[in-house]
Amino acid sequence: MSTVVTRFTVNGAPVEVTVDARITLADCLRHELKLTGTHVGCEHGVCGACTVIVDGAAVRSCLMLAAQADSADIVTVEGLSEGDDLSPLQASFRKHHALQCGFCTPGILTTAHALLTQEPDADADRVREVLSGNICRCTGYVSIVEAILDARPAYATRERGR
Amino acid sequence: MKLARIDYARPETLADAVKLLAGAGGDAKVIAGGQSLMPMLAFRLAAPKLLVDIGRLHDLKQIDVSPDGIELGALVRWRDIEDNETLARAHPLLAEAVRHVAHYQIRNRGTVGGSLAHADPAAEMPGIALTCDATIRVMGSAGERTIAARSFFTGPLMTALSSDEVVVGVRLSPWKPHRRWAFKEFARRKGDFALAGVALFYDTDAQGRALAPHIGAIGVSSTPVRLKACEAALDGSQVDAETIASVASLAAERLEIHDDIHAPADYRRALLQTLVERALRRAAGLKEFA
Repeated sequence: MSTVVTRFTVNGAPVEVTVDARITLADCLRHELKLTGTHVGCEHGVCGACTVIVDGAAVRSCLMLAAQADSADIVTVEGLSEGDDLSPLQASFRKHHALQCGFCTPGILTTAHALLTQEPDADADRVREVLSGNICRCTGYVSIVEAILDARPAYATRERGR
Repeated sequence: MKLARIDYARPETLADAVKLLAGAGGDAKVIAGGQSLMPMLAFRLAAPKLLVDIGRLHDLKQIDVSPDGIELGALVRWRDIEDNETLARAHPLLAEAVRHVAHYQIRNRGTVGGSLAHADPAAEMPGIALTCDATIRVMGSAGERTIAARSFFTGPLMTALSSDEVVVGVRLSPWKPHRRWAFKEFARRKGDFALAGVALFYDTDAQGRALAPHIGAIGVSSTPVRLKACEAALDGSQVDAETIASVASLAAERLEIHDDIHAPADYRRALLQTLVERALRRAAGLKEFA
């Protein structure tokens, strides 16, 4: 029982992995599936760098076992854009200089993507409240909030759900 | 850190979950959302041999609002409560308290049952359960039983649960119309654990006097606590600014509040008094700041 077989979908592609039961979803994504865009910061659910989208909801992938991802639909930062083109949210981050070192950025992008997909009219207060779960030590957040607010029109017309 | 080696089981029925717990001889933990347990495992503060994942027990995801009260299944997530307008009308104090639980990503996975079973002294749900005289339903090898919230929380991260028992739900009494209530907490960053928090409600008689006030606090003791001295002082009184100030001055009475890394004891006592005063002022419809 200490090894588990888990099947789920990552960025639209079905995967099957056999991992130690103790492996978190974050480590599974990085080490087994080589999706190293998901960053691991604190490993105990405080920093938000490892945020991925599970069945449409932003969650901390360090606080979830890979085994618990069975049957789930997972989107990582790699799944936010198609090919090499930046998504509107990513382009907005670039435009507003919403990152410096970039370590926290994957978690903030996935969080903001999940938020705007569910709440395309989120206001600045709501964005700040949601961002309280992501630690960024470079930017001071102002540019991140601006980038997320500026990306809202791209979500207003988008199909809800993913 | 990485988790210690562990076995993992995902039963399809509650009976199987209990069997797995009983078979592990006390060396198993139930995992649902994992938002409290996973950090414990990562720090290796907990290193059970077996994790029993109850995430597939879909019957435990129900929110039931009826004239008899409110029943929340153990697997109800904070996000489910936040999104439920019927529940917000049926129990405004619960809805308001839950708005203070943790950060966005954690709210998407953290569960009611997990918070009760984890029993962090600063957590909102145990505080609401205690303040509202909730009963907690648990299932074990000997069958189902209910435990009153006042008997459930026995110490920091300690409960009356046996090692073969799992929380299946919590029941809250029906909310009376026109009830006065408030929830206030203070954390340095929104979503962090509260340095202190206060939940309270009372009904009023025809003369506007407070009846049977329930006043609970989190973050100030080894478990959530009821502020009995405040309750006694408020009971039967007109809830005016003067009464409120005098009731609030009793907030830290009979509590052993200690210094810790987050705050000195004096600070916490003062904070608790301030929160009781603001909560009572809010409940009475006064301006929160005198």
